[in-house]
Amino acid sequence: MPHRHPNSNRSVGWMGLKRGHHARPLEWLAEKGIFVVSLSAIVMVFLIFLFVAREAMPILLGRMNSAQKQELIPVEQLDKLTPEHLQKYLGLTPREFAAMDRETLKELMMVKIEADKEATKDKDAAINTTSWRYLLGAYQWSGYDQPEYIWQPVSQIQKYNFIPLIVGSLKTTLVALLFAVPLSLGAAIYVSQLANPRLREWLKPSIELLAGIPSVVLGFFALIVLATLLQKFFGYQSRLNSFTAGIALGLAIIPVVFSIAEDALTSVPRTYTAAALALGASKWQAASQIVLPAALPGVFAACVLGFGRAIGETMVVLMASGNASIMSWNIFDSARTFTATIAAELAETVFGGHHYRILFMLGAVLFVVTFLSNLAGDLVIHRLKAKMEGRK
Amino acid sequence: MTEARGQRSEIRGRAFVRSKFDFGSFFFGGATGLATLLILGILAVILGNIVIHGAPHMTWRFLTAGTEKDMFDVEKAGVLPMIVGTSARVILMTIFVIPVGVITAIYLTEYAHATSIFTRIIRGAVNNLAGVPSIVFGLFGLGFFISFVGGGMDTLFRPGSPEPHWSKPAILWASTTLAVMTLPVVIVATEESLRAIPPGLREASLALGATKLQTIVKIVLPQALPGIMTGAILAVSRAAGEVAPILFTGAAYYMASLPKSLADQFMDLGYHVFILSTQSPDIERTRPILYATVLALLLLTFALNLVAILVRAQMRKKLRLLH
Repeated sequence: MPHRHPNSNRSVGWMGLKRGHHARPLEWLAEKGIFVVSLSAIVMVFLIFLFVAREAMPILLGRMNSAQKQELIPVEQLDKLTPEHLQKYLGLTPREFAAMDRETLKELMMVKIEADKEATKDKDAAINTTSWRYLLGAYQWSGYDQPEYIWQPVSQIQKYNFIPLIVGSLKTTLVALLFAVPLSLGAAIYVSQLANPRLREWLKPSIELLAGIPSVVLGFFALIVLATLLQKFFGYQSRLNSFTAGIALGLAIIPVVFSIAEDALTSVPRTYTAAALALGASKWQAASQIVLPAALPGVFAACVLGFGRAIGETMVVLMASGNASIMSWNIFDSARTFTATIAAELAETVFGGHHYRILFMLGAVLFVVTFLSNLAGDLVIHRLKAKMEGRK
Repeated sequence: MTEARGQRSEIRGRAFVRSKFDFGSFFFGGATGLATLLILGILAVILGNIVIHGAPHMTWRFLTAGTEKDMFDVEKAGVLPMIVGTSARVILMTIFVIPVGVITAIYLTEYAHATSIFTRIIRGAVNNLAGVPSIVFGLFGLGFFISFVGGGMDTLFRPGSPEPHWSKPAILWASTTLAVMTLPVVIVATEESLRAIPPGLREASLALGATKLQTIVKIVLPQALPGIMTGAILAVSRAAGEVAPILFTGAAYYMASLPKSLADQFMDLGYHVFILSTQSPDIERTRPILYATVLALLLLTFALNLVAILVRAQMRKKLRLLH
């Protein structure tokens, strides 16, 4: 039982009252422990960014070199080279380099010269494809008639142009938003404003059930059922494309957009609606001219958060988008997105190699994009809530 | 300013005049109702399609067999290893995520000042964590848990061993990755239930001489238990269906035996759905087992979700009565 110190003038600490736990070191310790653990969310967000960006750093700083053809150094010059230069030339890690004796190094240099003889005579072999110019700009690769944006990481010359992936991600996300936003907003308005309370209690959880369907199941449904159905209906060429993926992706973000929009609409004080109704407005007029304008920032936030969710969704697009990295804005063409590229290619890369780092770079970009859209959405919602609660 | 406002309300005032037949109300009320109906219809079609095609193949044999004979044939293959793998990774995840999530929620509701900048940063981090794409969690698991933590453990505990023991995909790393991913779910659900407890209970406990920590442990937490359970169930149902974070951190295409240690890889129900739908040599032959596997996954996640929704609805009703 808690033993009270006779002279303790400790006030009961709650809700901003002064706390005095110095008489109880154990409790003090426990509270500090609680505080430290509560930092975990911050630490995790920080670590996620740190460790994804860490792997991508060499690309970002231009320290990676994917060129297959290099200036060759004759074996005789081995002793003239500085260790750092030699290590970089042979592409070794410091630890590997330290473990090797002179003979091994000589051997490696010879192998390098041999390999160069057999290497492709392609003029592009000397290009470092991981530099920014090739990641973002078009380039006329040998064998092509014009400069093109190409993502082709497993060809003889690895081409890592981000543009086709950006286009693929954006057009799939756009289809998803165009499909999901009107539907979810309509449903949110209906459920929060027009439906009677008893119906409302059933509708809300039922729509939120959609969030309980795992994305791999939505991907499966898009691949097996939806793709065939949509192709029959619209009659386009390739069965899997960003339209199919976008519709399925839309299903994945409907619960998100619906929940947030419904929340924003509900947060508008009932007195607003009551006043409008008292002035003779119909239910719909009150909803569309009073409640919707008041909740508009929240509705906007719902769309932004829906965008963040859609662009980060993996399994649906991996299974239903066809995954061809074609540079095309046509939504009926097959598309390859950021997320699907990471999921499909990471398992086959060499640990620490340039392909591996490029994929982490994609992940870092994805993290930053979703981070910013979440931040924007949350800020808008926070302000709206503060405004609504202040006015009540 | 006041003039402009007056003008605006005048326009609105005019718009409120009802005509005999209110076309706007009729049309838009119908349109929004239709949108709601359409969403529910799609949901029903997806679930119905899966249940109709999957249910006939949900036999006892299917639930208790492995995939060693033929992965793609419904007559020979089963889902036991995947059910075991998915359950194991989800249970492990719960062990990691519940203490951290609950303690964070306790800090946010019981200790932190609601308006301090620090609290806002924690909340912002929680919200952002909830929005990080699942594939980025996979990359994080690979970069942090497997190569950094696992690599560190290998150099510490098994120096000189050529075979990596911890620094490779394993059920342990899949669950820790998922624990990070589901942390916001647990925090938000627990917070909600902590806030639902009337302040009077805490005040009574304090008035009787209990310290703050005693009040939290003996009064607040037991009351919040249903909410914490809801959080755990939601986290489990979310994690059970996730595939992207475990692609590189532990899921295996095929394993001859069930995972025996934390460092083993595992077969996973969601990942198996992905394999069956994309790697099958003959999709027509695979279709029955695919549907059955999807149904098994849905039953697992949906049943949990349904329970969570019911518990939460019950809790909210109670909350409304208390206040």
